[in-house]
Amino acid sequence: MILNVDSISTYYGQSRILFDLSLGVDEGEVVALLGRNGAGKTTTLRSIMGLTPPRSGSVQFKGEAIEGKPPHVIARKGIAFVPEDRRIFPDLTVRENLDVARRKPKNGRDAWTVERVYALFTDLEKLDGNLGGHLSGGEQQMLTIARALVGNPELMLLDEPSEGLAPLLVQRLGDQLRQLKDEGMTILLSEQNLRFALSLSDRAYVIDKGEVRFEGTAAALEKDEKTRSAYLGL
Amino acid sequence: MIASLSTFGDCVTDGACLVNTGLSGLSVAMVLFLIASGLTLIFGVLRIVNFAHGTLYMLGAFAAYWVVSRMGGTDGNFWIALAVAPLVVAGIGGLVEVLLLRRIYGRPQYLQFLLTFGLILLAADVVRLTFGTEFKLISGPGPLSGSVSILGRPFPEYNLFLIGLAIAVAVGLWLMLQRTRLGRTIRAAASDREMTSALGVNVGLLFTVVFMLGAGLGGLGGALDAGRPVTIHPIMDVERVLQSFIVVVIGGLGSVGGALLGALIIAQVSAFGILLLPQFSAAFAFVIMAAVLLVRPWGLFGRPLEE
Repeated sequence: MILNVDSISTYYGQSRILFDLSLGVDEGEVVALLGRNGAGKTTTLRSIMGLTPPRSGSVQFKGEAIEGKPPHVIARKGIAFVPEDRRIFPDLTVRENLDVARRKPKNGRDAWTVERVYALFTDLEKLDGNLGGHLSGGEQQMLTIARALVGNPELMLLDEPSEGLAPLLVQRLGDQLRQLKDEGMTILLSEQNLRFALSLSDRAYVIDKGEVRFEGTAAALEKDEKTRSAYLGL
Repeated sequence: MIASLSTFGDCVTDGACLVNTGLSGLSVAMVLFLIASGLTLIFGVLRIVNFAHGTLYMLGAFAAYWVVSRMGGTDGNFWIALAVAPLVVAGIGGLVEVLLLRRIYGRPQYLQFLLTFGLILLAADVVRLTFGTEFKLISGPGPLSGSVSILGRPFPEYNLFLIGLAIAVAVGLWLMLQRTRLGRTIRAAASDREMTSALGVNVGLLFTVVFMLGAGLGGLGGALDAGRPVTIHPIMDVERVLQSFIVVVIGGLGSVGGALLGALIIAQVSAFGILLLPQFSAAFAFVIMAAVLLVRPWGLFGRPLEE
């Protein structure tokens, strides 16, 4: 397991969001984190990243405990976070957005350079000098993933990447993520779009009210109508 | 220098007076810009209104005095003082950020006011205890103690040097913010601290660096004024810092370009305003600020707060 989340509980102030939640991701896997709005998907990813540290439980990345470490330390260990609301720097150009995030790869693998992410997200190259704040929603979504890539992570946490995208763009995003997967990237993907998530994932977790309700292969979830209707409303 | 000209009209129709007054205004503008750029940079990134920024300016002047009085007031020592003072003040700023300001980020804003206002009082007393209460004066660099003739009127060489140095600092600051990775990272952190940290940037360290830079700019302003020379005393910052705050409000909090434009406006309005209505000259800056705020409450180069 490259990522092992063991029994974490996370709070916003007094209110408890995650209840002893555990999950694991193997190297090279794409794992879906599914659930309704407010189920705790974003909080799970933020807990791993150290943005909202869990109050109890442990998070291990490549065998090392990272819970309680500040986000920049966790990022430098090789985890990238792609937030749901994209969080592009509006006053920085596309290239500057990427430049801020650049990190060297740790294990001598082929580095993601700005040129290489432009080859994957061909539209971004044309927008090189444009301000982040002037991009469309779809362009911002590409940029936020590209920005995570140039940090050369070993694990990417994607929070609802298909949210708010037109169907055609969702399809393109799926192709791009599949390409990343083929190149060996490990991804933990939170989604509300079940079809999109299952088309990419090896395994899935379904969470509800901060607890894991299902864990298994994507194919098993496809068959498990009961879980889908109880926790995903499908 | 301009007392012989009784009215505003006489000066603006006389090319030599116009240029001379404009250059005087420019030399004040550049010091205001140095102070205000530090203030606005700190606000833009740390979201702290540093009411003690004038104290850093004052400490810059005292640091220059300290160096010169330690080494003897010979000509060459002023240059050393000018180099050392911003570094000393940047160091003090670093200590303030690490030991004090870090504790109040994200806390209620009145804490910023209480803390930074407390620092003003504390620093003024420490300076009084260390240096005594009498006014201090240092002489500027000897080679620049004379005047040059511009359109037949004398203009202090030192002020020309000051204008040149401040322009160089402004260009350097712009290049750093726009063309270096540190500058891009500073701009990124100014707009989204959390996301910047999630990209692997040690934002805590970055804040210390930015505060030191802003403090050093304030200290440089103080050391440059000390060489003008102006009298050095623990509350010498009152007028300059008040004007710097006006400059930052006009230019837009957080905008370095706005600080430059605001400093040029305020200094020129003061320089020419004193010819027009000497007894009300101090009021012009406030009138300009009120006018700008009526049209653009967030300043010329600023932007509306999102919250």
